[in-house]
Amino acid sequence: MTANVALLLSAIDRHLLDDYQHNFPLDPQPFATIAEQLGTDEAKVIERLEYLQRIGALSRVGPVLRPNRVGASTLAALAVPAGRIEAVAAQVSAFPEVNHNYEREHEYNLWFVVTARDRTSVDRVLADIAAATGLTPLDLPMLEDYFIDLGFALKWS
Amino acid sequence: MELTNERDTAQCDARDRALLQAVEDGLPLVPRPFAELGARLGMTEGEVMARFWMLQNLGVIKRFGVVVRHHELGYRANAMVVWDIPDERVHDIGQQLGSFAFVTLCYRRPRRLPVWPYNLFTMIHGRDREQVLARVEELVQTCGLGDIAHDVLFSQRRFKQRGARYGSGGESAVGRSREAGAS
Repeated sequence: MTANVALLLSAIDRHLLDDYQHNFPLDPQPFATIAEQLGTDEAKVIERLEYLQRIGALSRVGPVLRPNRVGASTLAALAVPAGRIEAVAAQVSAFPEVNHNYEREHEYNLWFVVTARDRTSVDRVLADIAAATGLTPLDLPMLEDYFIDLGFALKWS
Repeated sequence: MELTNERDTAQCDARDRALLQAVEDGLPLVPRPFAELGARLGMTEGEVMARFWMLQNLGVIKRFGVVVRHHELGYRANAMVVWDIPDERVHDIGQQLGSFAFVTLCYRRPRRLPVWPYNLFTMIHGRDREQVLARVEELVQTCGLGDIAHDVLFSQRRFKQRGARYGSGGESAVGRSREAGAS
């Protein structure tokens, strides 16, 4: 999904995306509670969330974990020679321990996050990636988190 | 926050891990999602909710709620902006930068000299490149970073984006996270 889906959103959709990044009700029937707050009904809320997921606006409803509290992770980068970026990106993405994998404008042009159950497993994945690609990853684990996650305020234009 | 907090991790038991694994792709979109998750795991609805509460209070869960996809919502430009901050100033500047609304991640990471001199990583989203660059300039001006080397790494293609799966090598996964990298 690459189209700008903001054009396809109803007022309820926008409330769902904007108001419940933090204040999601942890109660037995959360969608009924949300429906009450938005002046609609539970079935409608569920239907709109399914819709938002289908069009790609919503990743999921659930917990976002703090890095390195459960398991271990690192940000890694490769300096991939021109002409190999797609092939190397596919090799890297094929590892189940890799979640985000982006091309960025820099000599280090492929950036990805490796997450595994412990640091030893992260090291093994980085070594496997080095062996598979012939390129040495930069290993940049988080040392300190200065960001207080307030969600992401969406500015509807 | 420290790199690891062994006590908190130790307080996250096998049932917590099973629960976090079961919710990797999000809550089921049904009227009683916690009951449904519990049914898959042999837990009551009450136990599922109590465990989510506790994991949030311990800080294992950073937040619980709707996770949006910025790119699909029209935030087309995102840049990882990296800074080479003197060690004695990195904590203070990190806290300053992390407090800007348009900075969506702010982490200290190790330098890897000589190839990588940067120790502070911020993620900045914007509708286009010009907006992102204007925000970088705002950080430089507001925080007095004119003499600090930085680099702006705009994202190009996104090859993969999903929540983390901690169980490597076929072992049980234990959850989802959002390291830097983007989203």
